[in-house]
Amino acid sequence: MKPGMITCMGACLLLAGSASAQDTLREVRVEARRIPLTINTAHPVQTLAGAELKRLNSLSVADAVRFFAGVQLKDYGGIGGLKTINVRSMGTQHTAVFYDGLQLGNAQNGQIDLGKFSLDNIDSISLYSGQQNNIFQPARGFAAASALYIESAKIAFSEQERSKGKFSFKTGSFGLVNPALRWQARITERISGSVSAEWMQANGRYKFRYTNGVYDTTAVRRNADIQAWRIEAGLQGMWKDSSSWTFKLYHYHSARGLPGAIVANRFEYSQRLWDKDFFIQGSLTHQFSKKYKIAARGKYTHLFTRYLDPEYSNEAGFLDNRYTQQEGYCSLAHHYQLTSWWETVLSTDFMLNTLDANIYRFAYPTRYTQLTALATRMYFERVELQGSLLGTFVNEQVKFFTSAGRKQELTPSFSVSWQPFKAHNFRGRAFYKEIFRMPTFNDLYYTFIGNTSLRPEYTRQYNIGFSYAKPLRGRWQYLALQVDGYYNSVRDKIVAVPAANLFRWTMMNLDRVGIHGIDVNIRTAFLPLTIGINYSWQQALDLTPGGYNYGHQIPYTPRHSGSFVSGVSWKGWDLNYSFIYTGERYSQKTNIPVNYIEPWYTSDASIAKRFQWKGRALGVTAEVNNLLNQYYDVVLNFPMPGRNYRLTLNIAY
Amino acid sequence: MLYRYLPLLLLFAACRKGIVIPRVETEMIAGYQRVVPPGGIVKGLYLLNEGNMNMNKASLDYLDLVTGQYDRRVFTAYNPEVTRGLGDVGNDIRIYGSKMYIVVNNSNKVEVVDAQTVTRIRQIDINQCRYVDFYKGKACITSNDGYVAIVDTATWQIEDRIRTGRNPEQLVVMGNKLYVANSGGYNPPNYEKTVSVIDLDTRREIRRIEAGINLHRMVLDAYGDLYVTSRGDYYTIPSRIYVIDTHTDQLKQVLDIAASNLCIHKDLAYIYSVEWSYITHSNTISYTLLNVKTETKLNENFITDGTDKDIKIPYGIAVDPETEDVFVTDAKDYVTPGTLHCYNKEGKHKWSITTGDIPAHFVFLKNN
Repeated sequence: MKPGMITCMGACLLLAGSASAQDTLREVRVEARRIPLTINTAHPVQTLAGAELKRLNSLSVADAVRFFAGVQLKDYGGIGGLKTINVRSMGTQHTAVFYDGLQLGNAQNGQIDLGKFSLDNIDSISLYSGQQNNIFQPARGFAAASALYIESAKIAFSEQERSKGKFSFKTGSFGLVNPALRWQARITERISGSVSAEWMQANGRYKFRYTNGVYDTTAVRRNADIQAWRIEAGLQGMWKDSSSWTFKLYHYHSARGLPGAIVANRFEYSQRLWDKDFFIQGSLTHQFSKKYKIAARGKYTHLFTRYLDPEYSNEAGFLDNRYTQQEGYCSLAHHYQLTSWWETVLSTDFMLNTLDANIYRFAYPTRYTQLTALATRMYFERVELQGSLLGTFVNEQVKFFTSAGRKQELTPSFSVSWQPFKAHNFRGRAFYKEIFRMPTFNDLYYTFIGNTSLRPEYTRQYNIGFSYAKPLRGRWQYLALQVDGYYNSVRDKIVAVPAANLFRWTMMNLDRVGIHGIDVNIRTAFLPLTIGINYSWQQALDLTPGGYNYGHQIPYTPRHSGSFVSGVSWKGWDLNYSFIYTGERYSQKTNIPVNYIEPWYTSDASIAKRFQWKGRALGVTAEVNNLLNQYYDVVLNFPMPGRNYRLTLNIAY
Repeated sequence: MLYRYLPLLLLFAACRKGIVIPRVETEMIAGYQRVVPPGGIVKGLYLLNEGNMNMNKASLDYLDLVTGQYDRRVFTAYNPEVTRGLGDVGNDIRIYGSKMYIVVNNSNKVEVVDAQTVTRIRQIDINQCRYVDFYKGKACITSNDGYVAIVDTATWQIEDRIRTGRNPEQLVVMGNKLYVANSGGYNPPNYEKTVSVIDLDTRREIRRIEAGINLHRMVLDAYGDLYVTSRGDYYTIPSRIYVIDTHTDQLKQVLDIAASNLCIHKDLAYIYSVEWSYITHSNTISYTLLNVKTETKLNENFITDGTDKDIKIPYGIAVDPETEDVFVTDAKDYVTPGTLHCYNKEGKHKWSITTGDIPAHFVFLKNN
């Protein structure tokens, strides 16, 4: 953030909304005890950072995002189970996930397994509906219906520090052994670096129970083991002219079992999955003048997946599929400050995606994407207006068979926020956004499933809401409130429909969904207690013309859901309690009793103690998750763990 | 500090309705009528709903053909003690003697129940079991793993596993010979294209009869001809019916008729086809009546009033042996409850009723 820009802002409270993610973080660090300031933006944002993030008994980013309003986490259960986010019922593929400012791409299936991102090296997680408020971002930042920004631990030193580090060790249920190490150093006056490494092993076993009142079966989940390691290295620097740059390298390897659906007479599976994820990314920002600056960014991603099914009845007697995805990405964003209250940005991104697979009749697609975003923002003391227009140009080539060809789309977005009373930090806000997701490589080209005639899947979002923050005196320190109502429509939704037989499905642009919803988010502190409450109401109806289930709530979408987070800090002790509730849902499109899934709710509690030992900061945390030992499925027939425990030890040096 | 939130917890806890012991869901078919010829002994019809894979929603429905009472999910209701119920993907159902055999593909089991009461007698474990037929007190069950299991119906022991081609599907006993349709469906484009012939006395595969690729269903007519369906490759090789003479074990004829499933009653084969094409990316649906004596197509069809347009994906077929009413199921989009349609022998729509997910396989229940 450039000083010049800060002065452009009106009230200090508005700052976070327009700041880049990095600055937002600093803001939270300073202010977290007092009042969450990031809420006064035109696009609703929810952030978990710092102490609040630590308070949630979360091992991965996936566990933490469950505490956001309007979010459903699709969780196949256990430590190694796939966990993907679905925001406001538009579908997993409509949420872009950004890691340190650049998107984690997956052209193969369009979804990111948030269970892969351990919280060990994460500083903050922010979920934006629509898009981030800061328009000085890559064009990709405009290209999704909602955006989840994950920020890794920032490199920051006090004056006298040259290097510092942290070691943590986690163990507990599921046979978890999870050491992690982080080290940060100031290399020169202007360059600093960090390395973070983590290893995790778990047998993944846990008890689950199914009963219908007559049979009552408890069994142990097997083939849910995981072994994973991650290594991340970052460098960042500033030049004398205050240009800044960052560089990051990320490597993740995992080998895991895939426990299948628990169906009658079949509780054990032997399928395996291997992942090797690698990326390097860099960014450079340079201020040419008071009015003009640029940001250049680049990234290369290599994702390898191997799926082994030893039970597959083909000639070989097993199925061994290997997929390699590559993505090359570069982005250039120009920022021009037209007047003291008006900025405009032009961003252009280029992307190249390829997918190789050792499967029969595979097309070997290559996708070329160009995204160009023109965005502008006008901000006054009490009013802010934003508009952006995104052009998407996609072309695809294949080595064999038919390609999906060219596509061009132009999609707009508008937002406004308004503070009606000067004395009160109350802001009304609204946004409208049209965006789409491209069919994934699997949707288009997967042998026997893909359909190259698919069109993009469109969403349209209307949001209206307000935020209100009030600092108070005495023990009751503050109250912060966000309420948003929205209507989303999804058309040309890409769904699987039966093709040749029950074992072969194909993809079609078929469904239409209309989603009405309300998100409520309340934060308050009454010393020494802090409390966060989220509530969501959603009516997500299947509006497919001529469909069999017109007017039914779409599968796995509760009408009511919410969470409650609380913590008490006292003399180095932290006591935390959190609760998640997901209301009744249906496992299939038809809302009839056979498809009914009961509500579930879990309580997690933890106690932590911080102390000093030989001049080092030491922390011990003991957690109990699913305290009431409730057995439930998030995804039908994929049981979740009952009560489980975790012990964490931290040493900072 | 938990006590503070206890009221809140109790509030939410009240929302969980708790365990529901499964019950039969009964519906009377409106305007039901069935004129039984004198001496009629057929009293009911079981319909096995496959349920989509991994959903564990296979279910058994029962239609009382006398009263028109339709009972849904009778297996789980009458056997609530069976862990996780009937299971995942019901694939075949047959009655042999007083017992009914329900093959549940992805649950790797065959449920043996009393045919009259549907109470469970036994579970037989066979990996990826597909279809069942019977011979002298033995149940012969195909497994996708490439064999036929021979199970004694008195001791419930698996006595033999006889190798067949890859991914065997339906099987038919004729005399002391067992015919098995090999599909090889897990190895496109290297499909199997043979019917295995097994001598049930020596329990050896004695020959393979060359037919079409990707074989699936097989039904015997009264003249000893075996009608075997080939699914083709969904690209350029179309679905066909291969006729095998079981007296000579020779391929007798290839019929230029696409077939997903067929049912033979007297001299008529009732055939429907849902033929998928990866070239046009669409299904072609057809209905055919075939005279099996002359092997000629009839001009008329078994649905004559145009109501076949109401069927999205025909998925199961049966003919009432006494009234010649035709039952056809519609699997729709596979994830919505299906429909059972009934047509009279003139091909006019009689009634329809909602079934479980993917209604597919039938068996008639007769009086003892």
